[in-house]
Amino acid sequence: MTETTKKTGVSRRTLLKGTAGLAGLAAGSGAITGFPYVMSAEPKVLRYLGTAVNEGDDISKQCLKDTGIKIEYITATTDDVTKRVMTQPNSFDVLDTEYFSLKKLVPSGNILALDAKKIKEFDNITPVFTKGETPGGKKIGGQGTAPWKVLYLEGKDSKTFSKTATEFVTLIPTVYNADTLGIRPDLIKRPISSWSELLNPEFKGKASILNIPSIGIMDAAMVVEATGKYKYADKGNMTKEEIDLTMKVMTEAKKAGQFRAFWKDFNESVNLMASGETVIQSMWSPAVTKVRSMGIPCTFQPLKEGYRSWASGFCVSKGVSGDKLDWAYEFVNWFLSGYAGAYLNRQGYYSAVLSTAKANMEPYEWAYWMEGKPAEKDIKAPDGSLLEKAGAVRDGGSYEDRMGGVACWNAVMDENDYMVRKWNEFIAA
Amino acid sequence: MDTSEDILQQASPDLVRGSQTRRAAKSARLSPSFVSWLQAGPMMLVFLAFFLIPLVFVVIVSFWDYNEYQLLPAFSGRGYTDTFEGCIAQLPDLCTIAKTYLKTLKLCFLVWAITLFIGFWVAYFLAFHVKSKTWQMGLSLLCTIPFWTSNVIRMIAWIPLLGRNGLVNSGLMKTGLINQPLEWLLFSEFSVVLALVHLFTFFMVVPIFNSMVRIDKSLIEAAYDAGASGLQTLVNVIIPLAKPGIVIGSIFVITIVMGDFITIGVMGGQQIAAAGKIIETRVNALQFPAAAANAVILLVITFLIITMMSRIVDIKKEL
Repeated sequence: MTETTKKTGVSRRTLLKGTAGLAGLAAGSGAITGFPYVMSAEPKVLRYLGTAVNEGDDISKQCLKDTGIKIEYITATTDDVTKRVMTQPNSFDVLDTEYFSLKKLVPSGNILALDAKKIKEFDNITPVFTKGETPGGKKIGGQGTAPWKVLYLEGKDSKTFSKTATEFVTLIPTVYNADTLGIRPDLIKRPISSWSELLNPEFKGKASILNIPSIGIMDAAMVVEATGKYKYADKGNMTKEEIDLTMKVMTEAKKAGQFRAFWKDFNESVNLMASGETVIQSMWSPAVTKVRSMGIPCTFQPLKEGYRSWASGFCVSKGVSGDKLDWAYEFVNWFLSGYAGAYLNRQGYYSAVLSTAKANMEPYEWAYWMEGKPAEKDIKAPDGSLLEKAGAVRDGGSYEDRMGGVACWNAVMDENDYMVRKWNEFIAA
Repeated sequence: MDTSEDILQQASPDLVRGSQTRRAAKSARLSPSFVSWLQAGPMMLVFLAFFLIPLVFVVIVSFWDYNEYQLLPAFSGRGYTDTFEGCIAQLPDLCTIAKTYLKTLKLCFLVWAITLFIGFWVAYFLAFHVKSKTWQMGLSLLCTIPFWTSNVIRMIAWIPLLGRNGLVNSGLMKTGLINQPLEWLLFSEFSVVLALVHLFTFFMVVPIFNSMVRIDKSLIEAAYDAGASGLQTLVNVIIPLAKPGIVIGSIFVITIVMGDFITIGVMGGQQIAAAGKIIETRVNALQFPAAAANAVILLVITFLIITMMSRIVDIKKEL
């Protein structure tokens, strides 16, 4: 069956190429002048559904230049991406999403696993994803939906995650990071070293957390554990009693006026911090960078209890086959080939294939972003704007230190339904 | 009803004249009720396709079951029982849904009362004190200024104004009125009500203004001649005649505020419960039946409020 579809696909393609040739001849004959070169007539277009993290104009432009594939971005929030996959699986080709949503996406059967053998750099993907350890051999905390738990499927159309490596990969890893609290050192004026500071009455009315229930509750759990009140077996998969306990602590803090506001999107978090409404809050690395680029001191504070990490990757819609599937592989391979990886690294994220990204970065950039060394020259963002002056050191230090310090991963709990209800109760309290 | 028949009567002689024979004229003449249906038809179809049918789906889905990743089309009251969880067991403490609706109703009442007060006087000024039609038009267009920017931008703009280091706080501190910045200016019920009033007063102004300009000026003169004071004219003549506008404006404001979750979210720092917010959280967690159940509850409550209001004024009759 696949054979036939492929054959017809090819013949249609050749036919189109023939027509294109004719069109090219017409163009070349001098009838139309001023056009440099008529490229392949069949436009290679991929509809790319994802959050804004990986979606840079520079990336799509470079991709078009290198591969001839035109990327059409469909940008949505994390929740909306999942919703769209569930309800309109034919409205996109390539999906860029986070590992924790796989627990919902894979059973729905709306996404197609990719074949590891067709991914050139698959063996070079960082062991963070495949083994749960850093390249230097540090074990990474596995609480929550750690990517290595959901990386492989048992078979092509299987809906069961495989414990051992198979060739069927749910998401080809692209980008990830280790998140922690952002603080305003100029307003706090003392060292911060523990998650418990988030609920310290000293910062009453000046703290904030993320208003995405599944992530917010994990930050809350980091706090509860840091205060020594309770030790979770798995912060990413709590029992009902654990959810009750966590929400109780949070509710008390909310009633006491600890939180200034909860934030839901990138810009909100930047606004809160930059305006001084909050001085300590859960945050994302590029948001900290953004606050700093406005000339306001902000630190992505490493904490002794560790980081909460997240990771995302590529798969395709179940409706993708034939040529489109080939282009999807071509695109994913291109994405891992270095340009995009370097681009992401320069924003403070991490790329899945380190070797190719390194080849696309200047040695001083690599030293600053990945090795935790003081910047030899000024550090610039991908768009050329100044991020850090020479001499600065990245918060949290090297890749080894940051990824090695991960304690848990973004997750969807088994008791998700209960948790969402409790979250509504918390907001109403 | 009368109007459509009038139109028909005026139109039918044309029909007769235009037709070639009497018989043809007879068959071309459509029954008045059919014409009425024909006139109302397009609107009804739009209503059916984009309002009633989706609403029926919402009600059906609210009785379905669900799991993490799909809807299960089997009858289940789970969406409702989960929503009212603890409402009896927790007594005398209020359960989540009761607390949420109390808060929503409170905000709704405050916004309604304030927009009504401001809206009434703005409309009064426009209708009775501005004599020229051009100025009336121009000034009512001014009321739309809050709508010139997007909802989100408008709300974000409050932060530099009301924030801890915002204009209001720094102004008050400079004048020495306060030593500490006022925290309740932003991310509080105050800021939610302020933003909602700023947004929705316009919806009060327009229908009330519309009712007021239709008041026969001779009635006011008659009241004056009969020796009524300004207040008596207002209470006994203007307010009763502006009632339809007041009720329509109130319906606009109440329905919007009852379902709002964006303004309440942003201005309340996401810490204030709202009926719409519960639905949003449920939808984001892909729990569609639970979200649908909450939507039905919200609909029923809003509908009850509107029914109560239309008891006070029979809008159909007044229009």
